[in-house]
Amino acid sequence: MVAEPPASKPHVDVVRAIKDAALAGLLAVGLFLPLIGFQTVTNIRNELELDTRWPLLAWFVAIVAGGRLLYSLALAPWLARRAGKAPSPRVAAFAASFSRRFTPFALAFVVLYPILVILFVGLGGAVKWIDNFGIQILIYVMLGWGLNIVVGLAGLLDLGYVAFYAVGAYSYALLAKTFGFSFWLLLPLAGTLAAFWGILLGFPVLRLRGDYLAIVTLAFGEIVRLILINWVPVTNGYAGISGIPRPTFLGIPFNASDEGFAATFGLEFTPVHRTIFLYYVIVGLALLTAYVTVRLRRLPVGRAWEALREDEIACRALGINTTNVKLTAFAMGGMFAGFAGSFFAARQGFISPESFTFLESATILSIVVLGGMGSQIGVAIAAIAMIGGTEILRELDFLKEVFGSDFDPTQYRMLLFGLAMVLIMIWKPRGLIATREPSAVFERRRTISVDLVKEGRG
Amino acid sequence: MTPASDAVLRVEHLTMRFGGLIAVRDLSFTAGRSEITALIGPNGAGKTTVFNCITGFYQPTEGRLALHHGDRAVWEEIEALTDRGDRSVRRPDGALFLLERLPDYLITRQAKVARTFQNIRLFPGMSVFENLLVAQHNPLMVASGFTFLGVFWPSAYGRAEKAAVEKARMWLDKIGLTPRADDPAGELPYGDQRRLEIVRAMCTDPVLLCLDEPAAGLNPRESTELNQLLLSIRDEHATSILLIEHDMTVVMEISDHVIVLDYGTKISDGTPDHVRNDASVIAAYLGVEDEEVAQAEAEVGLSP
Repeated sequence: MVAEPPASKPHVDVVRAIKDAALAGLLAVGLFLPLIGFQTVTNIRNELELDTRWPLLAWFVAIVAGGRLLYSLALAPWLARRAGKAPSPRVAAFAASFSRRFTPFALAFVVLYPILVILFVGLGGAVKWIDNFGIQILIYVMLGWGLNIVVGLAGLLDLGYVAFYAVGAYSYALLAKTFGFSFWLLLPLAGTLAAFWGILLGFPVLRLRGDYLAIVTLAFGEIVRLILINWVPVTNGYAGISGIPRPTFLGIPFNASDEGFAATFGLEFTPVHRTIFLYYVIVGLALLTAYVTVRLRRLPVGRAWEALREDEIACRALGINTTNVKLTAFAMGGMFAGFAGSFFAARQGFISPESFTFLESATILSIVVLGGMGSQIGVAIAAIAMIGGTEILRELDFLKEVFGSDFDPTQYRMLLFGLAMVLIMIWKPRGLIATREPSAVFERRRTISVDLVKEGRG
Repeated sequence: MTPASDAVLRVEHLTMRFGGLIAVRDLSFTAGRSEITALIGPNGAGKTTVFNCITGFYQPTEGRLALHHGDRAVWEEIEALTDRGDRSVRRPDGALFLLERLPDYLITRQAKVARTFQNIRLFPGMSVFENLLVAQHNPLMVASGFTFLGVFWPSAYGRAEKAAVEKARMWLDKIGLTPRADDPAGELPYGDQRRLEIVRAMCTDPVLLCLDEPAAGLNPRESTELNQLLLSIRDEHATSILLIEHDMTVVMEISDHVIVLDYGTKISDGTPDHVRNDASVIAAYLGVEDEEVAQAEAEVGLSP
């Protein structure tokens, strides 16, 4: 008796897999030849010379072809086998309990992060890890959550969000330097000013939708940046503003003086104190953003934002003043960017228009889109992946051993960015978290698939 | 015919022009209080345009659209109000609104006119329950202290929200959708979406409910359920209904008053029985007898 081969096992065609891999390799040669194969170098007489990097090109092509071969021989059959099977109840139960406990665990980790860092790398290396990873990521988490109100909830595509970030940063920098106001006074003021600019942007764009709205907000972001560059008497143009007062701990500065934080509390002076303090400030600000957004979603104003995204005409037919709804969305989004901006200025001590380019807007928007529009946890995960990912590229020194000493991983930031975007487009076209939590529960909690949710037409 | 003083809505000399096209020409009619008024007519007769004028989605080219609440004596102020250039008279015992002067959202919020759409406009990605809460936006906005109280004092707002939840429950029970309250509105079957849109409009506490083809695409059973819902809205909630409908069984069964439009003008106005036997209505829907055509052609000198 001949045993039937199990029907679930997909057929693996080795010849075809090799053909596929060869084709992918050929494509990679075509694509990477101009990008990686050639390089222009300035020689000692200041002339440009064409240099070639064949080994590096070979590496890239080999990675692509090998990856494709691995995919067709191993990964694709494995995925096909898995697709046939329902996930086992134990896995499903684990996933459910994980998603239920995720938020408290994540919160505890965020609060304990500086302590963990000091435990693992000691006081010496802690500044880098807390500042580059902790503070930097949290700023973007906060910006992502702020933009999420405008794009994710209200469905208004805003490509100039960095303008409000800049308004917050310059408000703090100029007011603190000129009048000597404290950080804690200027933080709400910077937020209010950014919210005011949000309303100012909101008025002219009220009638615009979709692509047209996106273009005008993009222009708004550029206008603010150009003003910062050209209004030299106030903003000092390209040179930027330096020597911005740093925030103090209840009036106690973080310096080595006798009145400094370390001396007051009888500690040895180290720059980590200030970094840890700033870390907890941005944790507080980010949590405030999250709390307010969660609250607002359950209030009529937040529900009106989402209703506006779903159907503006129906909103008007239900007696909702859509003008106010749009303006509050722009104002709230702008306010949180203003908070983040003033924190940014206080942390850096130096700001210039370089920090507020369109690329920043694009980064924040891609965090929101990657995370899943409207999802807070998704946005946080996307910010960690995107910002943490680019920061971690600086740490990958071992790649130099593989590709040669002149290989700089940070130069491949945009390539990886694009790769991440393509992967998300293929597997999760509506972002990492593709479900929507209803803002109000009648009897039982049920998430709504994003397929039903509108993306908003502006 | 409704006596003018007992009308909830009075449309006078309404004309709507889109460039060279006159969609509605010098139309006047009244919709009676606690009555179901049907607006019928062949395709392209201008019915939806009239609706869009009443609910503020179009600004009428000419004409006056007056809506009235409460004490009938307020009607007497209509001329003074028109001349004054104001939008409304609001007294404790009644109010009068000139709809052509109000923006669309105030027509729902203040004048209490709610509407549904020919192609359903629910919020598909929001749950059924959320749809009904969005409809109660304005009272809830006040209850949440215009958001400030709601953000900083959640428990107080929670108590205020109870009334809204109860109203939603009442309407869900009425259309039998309570078990599906947490499902997304976009997942409901077509007939349920139609009825949900109607009760969502009712959650704004309207004085006049405008329904644009509520029975379109419904099967006979759903159509009967719809009739019962509309009759109960008229009888139990003191809401007058103005509806556009193509389904003549619905129109003849539940309407108290029928207005027939053709090419933007009114060709008949009266009880369902009167309209059913009106020669001009029959002509508009079915065409005229051959002899009449011959006679008309002879009059203009076309006949051989």
